[in-house]
Amino acid sequence: MLNRLLSHDLPRSRWLSAALLLILIGLAVAPFAFPGSKALGVAAKVLVFILLVASYDLLLGYTGIVSFAHTMFFGIGAYGVAIASTRLGAGWGAVAVGTAGALVLSLALSLVIGLFSLRVKAIFYAMITLAVASAFQTLASQLSDFTGGEDGLSFKNPALFSPSFEPFENPVLGVAVDGKLFTYYGLFVVVLLLFGLLLRIVNSPFGRVLQAIRENDFRAEAIGFRTVVYRTLSNVLSALFATIAGVLLALWLRYTGPDTTLSFEIMLDILLIVVIGGMGTMYGAVVGALLFVLAQNYLQDLLKLGATALEGVPVLSALVSPDRWLLWLGVLFVLSVYHFPTGVVGRLRALALQLPASATTKKPGH
Amino acid sequence: MSTTTTSTAVATTAPAAAIPKANFDWRPLALLAALMAMGLPAIGSPSTWLTLTVAGLAMGMIIFVIASGLTLVFGLMDVLNFGHGVFIAVGAFMATTVMGGMAGWAGESPGLQLLSVAAAMAVAMAVAGALGWAFERVIVRPVYGLHLKQILITMGGMIVGEELIKVIWGPLQIALPLPSALRGSWLLGDASIEKYRVLATLIGGGVLAALLYTLNRTKVGLLIRAGVQDREMVESLGYRIKRLFVGVFVAGSALAGLGGVMWGLYQQNVTPQIGAQVNTLTFIVIIIGGLGSTLGCFVGALLVGLMANYTGFLAPKVALFSNIGLMVAVLLWRPQGLYPVTNR
Repeated sequence: MLNRLLSHDLPRSRWLSAALLLILIGLAVAPFAFPGSKALGVAAKVLVFILLVASYDLLLGYTGIVSFAHTMFFGIGAYGVAIASTRLGAGWGAVAVGTAGALVLSLALSLVIGLFSLRVKAIFYAMITLAVASAFQTLASQLSDFTGGEDGLSFKNPALFSPSFEPFENPVLGVAVDGKLFTYYGLFVVVLLLFGLLLRIVNSPFGRVLQAIRENDFRAEAIGFRTVVYRTLSNVLSALFATIAGVLLALWLRYTGPDTTLSFEIMLDILLIVVIGGMGTMYGAVVGALLFVLAQNYLQDLLKLGATALEGVPVLSALVSPDRWLLWLGVLFVLSVYHFPTGVVGRLRALALQLPASATTKKPGH
Repeated sequence: MSTTTTSTAVATTAPAAAIPKANFDWRPLALLAALMAMGLPAIGSPSTWLTLTVAGLAMGMIIFVIASGLTLVFGLMDVLNFGHGVFIAVGAFMATTVMGGMAGWAGESPGLQLLSVAAAMAVAMAVAGALGWAFERVIVRPVYGLHLKQILITMGGMIVGEELIKVIWGPLQIALPLPSALRGSWLLGDASIEKYRVLATLIGGGVLAALLYTLNRTKVGLLIRAGVQDREMVESLGYRIKRLFVGVFVAGSALAGLGGVMWGLYQQNVTPQIGAQVNTLTFIVIIIGGLGSTLGCFVGALLVGLMANYTGFLAPKVALFSNIGLMVAVLLWRPQGLYPVTNR
């Protein structure tokens, strides 16, 4: 049963299984276990990033394509809901219209970009998407009547998801039940379902072809697969999942702006998470997203400790100042591309393979 | 043995005229002229057109200075450096330090002010070049031939570089005012031509001339061009292409530093994100020009510069997409760029 749910792609490492189980339970009980709006916001961000990064991993890790336009699709989803909700008024109809419109737009855009530029080398595609994404970001900030420009759009959620919705008089298990909580569990269910779907996709025959293209596109073409078609399909699928991630983010924040969805920093965040978590492993997205979002929110506090300890030392104190947390993640990123190209998950799986082997050949306790 | 002697005999006796003279492809240059010619009736007033054209040429020249190193590095070693922006940013920030430090000394004397700009450029080139050497050593060298890792790792280098710049110079925008000698403009009829833009165009022209001279008239240039065409052949002839490549990488980084100073002075302020911003523009330029082609990079940069200024005047909202539109149009005409490099 579990095997089928995970599409026969088990974690294959005891530590990884434990970590994933812990993350799943942690996210499921987050509103009750970690009360407070900051903790819940962090948990929701982890959920959104799991889906966003997993969809990017379909492209980067499984197909071997580097795209810098992933935030564009993320933004399309977020803006779709925001624009529909402000124009049509809050309600499920607006969310549905916005989501559908965003999906159609993402589909069309990713198809055009894919067909236009995936015929050539990976490097070319990376550059084209970089240019298109920055143009889209400018477009979004220029069409201020429509998108709210740099200020973005604040909107109201459907009643069930709005914070003022409080069905119970008394707190349940010590937590006041409100629309925010329902939104969180809505996100949780959608992410869980879509993550399972992504696992299904990468472990299907279609996913195998993608991996064949990643390993050797010339050979894949020679076997008889139209690599352009498969690459474009992978591009479209990943764009659609990213769009849904954008919808979820917009529903959670009840706000959409260029900084939360379209900025290049978010693109870099996605890259960091995929590489640190492990390219070509869907579970890497889960582990990476958790580590990254925790680091983003709590590493700064840790660095603050270091900065106060090193106060007065000229260069070092600047290096560990809490604003420089991205520096350390960048260093980690470079190191992990060199030394752990398969990321945390790949590392754990390799360990799991080594352990039984070394247990039989070497003395125990080694 | 006999085969070698005959082949050398053929090679020596064959008349030089037997080598077909390469046809110079003038059509991209004609496109450039056509764009300028089309700008005139669209804008209407000749003086405005002249002002915009000079501005466009200056902007194009600065982008060319930045992008030339990137395209050469790609052509020679198949390495696309997404971290190129770091060198631009470092150049610009070095300029704020050097020119800020020399401001009091230079005072109001135009000669000394120009000297401070020259000093800033020299220091920026030296620092960016040294940084480029280190970047090649640490970041790029282990990932030759691995495109995916190259993109990721140079991007990582970019993140770390940008953060280090924030550590040294602070995360905020720094003003980089033009010295008073370079401010203001000359009047030519009704057209006002800013002094700094003329200077930028001259420097860009100088860089182009130096690059073309080095590439076409010196032995190093011959080896670089040969390496772009066929790296293995050059290696098998006994030249250490790695060493050549390091030289090109350092020179390209130094040029990016110079371009950073020029761009910073053009914008009159510097932010740590300057590198990422200009990077997008340089990528568009080298795609338009054809990856690896110096002349293509030059024509592409001028096209982008002119287009940005013309559309910025005619339809400011459209201007932001003029570059993308230009790129799409060029790629529809020539999918490999204006001057496609063979073997790529």
